[in-house]
Amino acid sequence: MSVVAQFEITYTQFLDEHGKAQKELPEFAADADQMARLYRFMMLTRVFDRRCINLQRTGQVGTIASSRGQEAAQIGVAAAMQPEDVLAPSYREHGAVIWRGVRMSQLLAVWGGDERGHNWDGPRRDFPYCVPIATQCLHAAGAALAIKMRGQPNCAVALCGDGATSEGAFYEALNAAGAMRLPVVFMVTNNRYAISMPVEGQTAAATLAQKAIAAGIPGEQVDGNDVIAVRHVLDKALRKARSGGGPALIEALSYRLEDHTTADDATRYRAASEVEEAGRREPLGRTRRLMEERFGWSDEREQALIKELEAEVEAEVEVYLNTPRPQLEDIFEHQFGNMPATLAAQREIARRYPVAEHG
Amino acid sequence: MPSLTLVEAVNQALTWEMAHDDSVVVFGEDVGVNGGVFRATLGLQERFGAERVFDTPLAEAMIAGLAVGMASQGLKPVPEIQFMGFIYPALDQIISHASRLRNRTRGRLTCPMVLRAPFGTGIRAPEHHSESTEALFAHMPGVRVVIPSSPVRAYGLLLSAIRDPDPVVFLEPKRVYRAFRQEVPDNGEGLPLDHAFVTREGTDVTLISWGASALETWNAAAELAEEGVDCEVIDMATVSPLDKDTLLESVSRTGRAMIVHEAAVSGGVGAEIAAILASEGLYSLEAPVARVAGYDAVPPLARMEYGYIPSVQRIKDAVHESVGS
Repeated sequence: MSVVAQFEITYTQFLDEHGKAQKELPEFAADADQMARLYRFMMLTRVFDRRCINLQRTGQVGTIASSRGQEAAQIGVAAAMQPEDVLAPSYREHGAVIWRGVRMSQLLAVWGGDERGHNWDGPRRDFPYCVPIATQCLHAAGAALAIKMRGQPNCAVALCGDGATSEGAFYEALNAAGAMRLPVVFMVTNNRYAISMPVEGQTAAATLAQKAIAAGIPGEQVDGNDVIAVRHVLDKALRKARSGGGPALIEALSYRLEDHTTADDATRYRAASEVEEAGRREPLGRTRRLMEERFGWSDEREQALIKELEAEVEAEVEVYLNTPRPQLEDIFEHQFGNMPATLAAQREIARRYPVAEHG
Repeated sequence: MPSLTLVEAVNQALTWEMAHDDSVVVFGEDVGVNGGVFRATLGLQERFGAERVFDTPLAEAMIAGLAVGMASQGLKPVPEIQFMGFIYPALDQIISHASRLRNRTRGRLTCPMVLRAPFGTGIRAPEHHSESTEALFAHMPGVRVVIPSSPVRAYGLLLSAIRDPDPVVFLEPKRVYRAFRQEVPDNGEGLPLDHAFVTREGTDVTLISWGASALETWNAAAELAEEGVDCEVIDMATVSPLDKDTLLESVSRTGRAMIVHEAAVSGGVGAEIAAILASEGLYSLEAPVARVAGYDAVPPLARMEYGYIPSVQRIKDAVHESVGS
């Protein structure tokens, strides 16, 4: 008997949970402006998230999925992307898409039940939020194939969660990416829960990153609550993908601090002590401590930033709330490029019936 | 006698059958510890243990495929797909295997499973949480498609579905989950499959619906009664195979028929019903068979979903047109 294959999975972390640098930081982390920008968008994601939940509780948006606790993973990957790269996000990636230029009022429209939100500003080639779990991984692979066939100097990025790694579409995407050497990077944000299912129930594998090994592509872990580590690892993976070096799978370790969505009650299936413990490792606090240590960040600057971001969010909430309601005709207009006669006839029927907002 | 919502009646039926048949097994995403996202399986794991009620990894094809394997070996799996909008990875297993296993082995292996899924619009849910694609399954030979529209029928039909020797896709209208309560005796008595229920007798027109659309259909019938139109109302309940006898008998008396469903109109189950009435009930008909259904478009998100659902007014207008009143 002889060993024919072995593998190892690396784990990258720069900041420990107290924000202390464990080793020399990558170059971008020495740049005060770059760090301030990363921190700003992480905080914006947090402030926006809090307002979203408030809007849901007061009936002004529908069910919404919180990103609280996952800001470093979302901002880290988005910061590593170029505008011309293509993103295929799951539905929880508010920070990533906001960084890429999507307006918060448009995200609110999506969660508020208005399809126009997905006709968003900024990254026009990006896919909309994807709800059917893991299916977007194949779209990223397909987009990467298009990028490759057209000889473009870019790559595609798929974002999914730990639950997605159980779906067939996830494995199929990894396998296709490896077999066709596609310029695509898959990032799994392992927030430890797929609604009520802890990741240990999802798989017997010690890491999700090692799922790359069977597809013949590199897989590695990163501390998903360390924005410097996420940015650094994704920088490398995306550069490699763009230059023909092939795909990669990155597992970003994080924790979902909120319920799965506002329709969920996580107290049914996990202990408050566990959430509290995970909260001590959340990404904003440790980034702030680094900012204090290296860039003179202060309480005053923190408070000023939060105030500024709250105003920014509030302005977008106002835009959302003041947007005239969608028209039922839109569901007919955008079903096909060339409207069939049967559908045009149905549109005439629909015009006779005004839409009630609630049943 | 317990007064239950539809979702509580589902829970009561599962509880009864698990208590009386050791081979019944419940599984799916979040059905165990969490009791299901709609709480349909609440308390089952506590009562029957984690061997018979368990959470699975997140993969719908896996859930359906496991059920086929388990059913072929003598268990009665009752897996849940969390929302019908996520059922499509499971289609391959239902279409290629569950519906065919008996036939292709000439009865050597069978597939007594019930795939439960909430379906339909009306709870202001995010994208892919509002689909009504029962016609995809109704088109498949070898699989029954059963849809309760009240707590009483949810209880009785689910018991019969679990006891049936073949695969059943059991679709629960989530808009009705907590819409109203009924007395549901917990007596273990099933209701017949392949049978349509006449829920209101009338003489002028037969209204045929199922699932959540039964609500608007009943309400329309009540309003129409005050406007001088006497509607007979049929809850189809099993949308495949169809109970032709009840349909034809009713239309032989009323002479008019209208089908109401939430799913997109083209290629919907309503088309099959209309075809039956046209081919076998033509001489009873005094007016064209009408359909009031969802439009041939993606079900809209929350802001416009009530423009998509066939409304009481749309149903009433179509009835008035049919009877010429």
